[in-house]
Amino acid sequence: MPQLSALLTDWFTAKGWSVHPHQQAMFDRADRPATLLIAPTGGGKTMAGFLPTLAELAAGQHQGLHTLYVSPLKALAADIKRNLSTPVDEIGLAIRIEDRTGDTSATQKKRQRADPPHILLTTPESLALLTSYEDAPRMFAGLRRVVVDEIHALAESKRGDQLMLALARLQTLCPDLRRVGLSATVEDPEAIARFLARHPDPCEILLADPGPDPDIAMLETEEMPPWSGGGAAYAIPAVLDQIRRHRTTLIFHNTRAQAEIFFHNLWLANDEGLPIGIHHGSLDRTQRERVEAAMVRGELRAIVCTGSLDLGIDWGDVDLVIQIGAPKNVKRLVQRIGRANHRYNAPSKALLVPANRFEVVECIAALEAVRAHALDGDPRGPGPRDVLCQHILIAACSGPFDADALFAEMTSAGPYADLARSEFDACLDFCATGGYALRAYDRWQRLQQRPDGQWQLRDPRSAQRIRQNIGTIQDTDTLKVRLRRNRGGKPLGEVEEGFAASLTPGDTFLIGGQIVRYEGLREMVVEVSHRADKKPKIATFMGTKFATSTQLSARILDLFSQADWPQLPHHTAEWLALQRQVSRLPERGRLLIESFPQDGREHLCVYGFAGRNAMQTLGLLLTKRMEETGLNPLGFVATDYAVLIWGLEATTDPAPLFEIDSLRAGLDQWLAGNAVMKRTFRASATIAGLIERNLGGQRKTGRQATFSSDILYETLLKYDPHHLMMQITQAEAMRGLVDFGRIEEMIARVGDRIDLVRLDRVTPLAAPLFLEVGKVPVQGAAEERLLAEESARLLADAGLTA
Amino acid sequence: MNGYDFTFAGARLTALGSGALWWGEQRLLCVSDLHLGKSERIARRGGIPLPPYEVTDTLDRLAADLARTAPETVICLGDSFDDAEAARALPEPARLHIATLQAGLRWVWIEGNHDPGPVDIGGTHLRELTLGPLLFRHIAQDGAQGEISGHYHPKAALRLRGRSLSRPAFLLDQDRIVMPAYGTYTGGLRSDAPVLARLMRPGALAIVTGPSPVAVPMPR
Repeated sequence: MPQLSALLTDWFTAKGWSVHPHQQAMFDRADRPATLLIAPTGGGKTMAGFLPTLAELAAGQHQGLHTLYVSPLKALAADIKRNLSTPVDEIGLAIRIEDRTGDTSATQKKRQRADPPHILLTTPESLALLTSYEDAPRMFAGLRRVVVDEIHALAESKRGDQLMLALARLQTLCPDLRRVGLSATVEDPEAIARFLARHPDPCEILLADPGPDPDIAMLETEEMPPWSGGGAAYAIPAVLDQIRRHRTTLIFHNTRAQAEIFFHNLWLANDEGLPIGIHHGSLDRTQRERVEAAMVRGELRAIVCTGSLDLGIDWGDVDLVIQIGAPKNVKRLVQRIGRANHRYNAPSKALLVPANRFEVVECIAALEAVRAHALDGDPRGPGPRDVLCQHILIAACSGPFDADALFAEMTSAGPYADLARSEFDACLDFCATGGYALRAYDRWQRLQQRPDGQWQLRDPRSAQRIRQNIGTIQDTDTLKVRLRRNRGGKPLGEVEEGFAASLTPGDTFLIGGQIVRYEGLREMVVEVSHRADKKPKIATFMGTKFATSTQLSARILDLFSQADWPQLPHHTAEWLALQRQVSRLPERGRLLIESFPQDGREHLCVYGFAGRNAMQTLGLLLTKRMEETGLNPLGFVATDYAVLIWGLEATTDPAPLFEIDSLRAGLDQWLAGNAVMKRTFRASATIAGLIERNLGGQRKTGRQATFSSDILYETLLKYDPHHLMMQITQAEAMRGLVDFGRIEEMIARVGDRIDLVRLDRVTPLAAPLFLEVGKVPVQGAAEERLLAEESARLLADAGLTA
Repeated sequence: MNGYDFTFAGARLTALGSGALWWGEQRLLCVSDLHLGKSERIARRGGIPLPPYEVTDTLDRLAADLARTAPETVICLGDSFDDAEAARALPEPARLHIATLQAGLRWVWIEGNHDPGPVDIGGTHLRELTLGPLLFRHIAQDGAQGEISGHYHPKAALRLRGRSLSRPAFLLDQDRIVMPAYGTYTGGLRSDAPVLARLMRPGALAIVTGPSPVAVPMPR
């Protein structure tokens, strides 16, 4: 075992630093096949991961790639490169450190394959691409260590599953490869350890001192939070005051649209011109980089941001984290809070700002959970097969493979340790022939078996297309937004295609903190002009929407059951009291349903408290049954606590709608034809290689040449309903967007204790639902009725007759 | 019959919800852009093996329209096959299905850009066809009158009380009809695309397909 070399020890001493106990512990375990370190932000976690690498490379013997560092963010790779270069340069070590991400130039990438650096910093997608090249064995020859940073974030998504399959590949190439995982605080470290290690290798878990408890509270404001909405505009003066009193404040939002609106309002009130920036994933890259650079230089007093700043990038001297909107999940809240104060052993300071009165309740419940150290989280289940399919295709790109060997390799990846051979064979068959009941492609198989039994690509040209499709991140189709002004005006960012399609010239929306006016669409670019004098139409481009955890939902219902609410601000307490007075409050063992007319439509509000995804499913199931019984539902919207359904008729007897047996019986049927399934299918089919990602530049014209993934879904449903992609879609939907388990849990909790309250108008608790984005249309009889009405109206307006 | 009736160049026509056009007095059914064999062509070229059921699905829907209307003449308005090789590679059951559909009918294949040459499947192969006041061809031409064409796969996008809807549509003005694509694996081109906006006169209608087809001013 190498000693922490004198060079490194001297450097630490010269800096006036000492080696943290967990850094030493990691160093002492440098030879273990896998080690997981759980440490708070600012605990010198990255250095703990790299100390053995620096020590081994300091000896100067190693040729070629030594350590691979993988992180979920490109920015993190760049950041680590900077941080590592400091000791390397100051000590005078001859170590080459380079990053490789989607932003790296083609020349640089080519050179890295021919002559790899000692330390390569990359992302799961770039790594998967590297393993797809025929020269991968040469590039990775001699690789000793891999460091997976922010592994808790990767372990929650398919990006992590893809990474673990790539590591299994690397382990085949380099049997002695050692793995290190770096994680923030999580509720189940053993699950992450199993995820990281080569199955069935052991993986020791090191827990660093978590540091003192955070200093966390709800922001006190003069203004009351509004009845509804997500903007938290009421809190602007109080937030500005906090910014003034701290060096650097990070202001987290749950969605990009909310971040935009808040930033806009913040600027309107920022009379003294405090330097404040905005950062989220829909902004143009150059804009984001400008904000990041200003942040690192310490020029910004605050950044309004979303999850794009969630991970451990060192943004300098952050001394306050403000969370706008309910945190949804206690674990993520704790991780965000950890972003304040990078000094080890100093408490992080954080403030929660509820955006409306419902969120006041949720924030109080979350604070109580943080104080109780009660983290939440659900186990993730086995590795998804769409990622497996993609990985089989990636393997085929790198050269002919033997199916037995590939199966053995893939089942050494933690998420796929329990994969059955039959499941693997079905995925291989899908990749080779499409896997259809109708064997149509014997002549045109994608993968062919050679006489020696190895599998290879039939048409070598397909490797190019497979490589272009690598990755598991679902970019919803987005369109670039540019200022019209002159040719190729300034790029501002991106909006979803669906949002762009809903715009008519003259509409205004917010992007990058500016109000812009939609002028038109040119060659798939949204052209806009500046418009400072108007109130914007709300931007609905995506932000990640998480479901409120089971634990947090239960805490909220417990709060509701109190006779009064001394721990809540009086306005919120009064609001709950008003709800109790005009209707009633949801209770843990009952199901509250409100029915009322509003804006010329009938509404049904079901307070299920089962989390956003399950409530979405409930909305789909209920509207299906309502369609069948002639209640003409038009659409619904789901939040974490309720689903609001609108339609043409009122529901008078809800109990039959909620019989669990008929809900469950309807599930299969229902699963078939709904929008959530189609969305899930689209995501999984893209990952598995049945649909090609829309490639920039290829979709300017000729849209009639491509057809929607919905058609593929409907075709499979009709002619091959048990096809692998349909099985994957169903499995994905059940644990992801469908979340039927939480509906069952809700119905079991509620039994037949269903309370229908009929009212003449919207109730205090239902009001926020009217402002929710993500409304789901129901395609039924009501749509044809509306279409006929619209046709008559338009023709009459145009002076035409039908 | 679920359809939208209108008069065009003096002929009484019905736009069916399926995307087919019915000319009752001539007992003539017209469909456009079937793109049979699309999945085969994509796989052959090293593309993705798509579910190979689109031929069956397209023919099943066509069979349903034939059963409903009982025509004497059927016109397939071009791009009936995704390419000549796809036509040759049609599986035997599909060929038999087409032969069954053709029995006793006058069947015309109008040539399209995807299928310019004759195919070894029954029926008459023509570049274009004039019948009374109507001219059937694959791609619309400037200055035409009474012209019925396909090629563009038009669709109409509408906003209905705040929700959006996009469906294949017939485009109609006093000179021409542009038919929606009938094939299962066909996408659509929105009617506000410059090429369609230029082609159609002011005041053109879009007849939106679906369970109950309706007309709206063509979205531009």
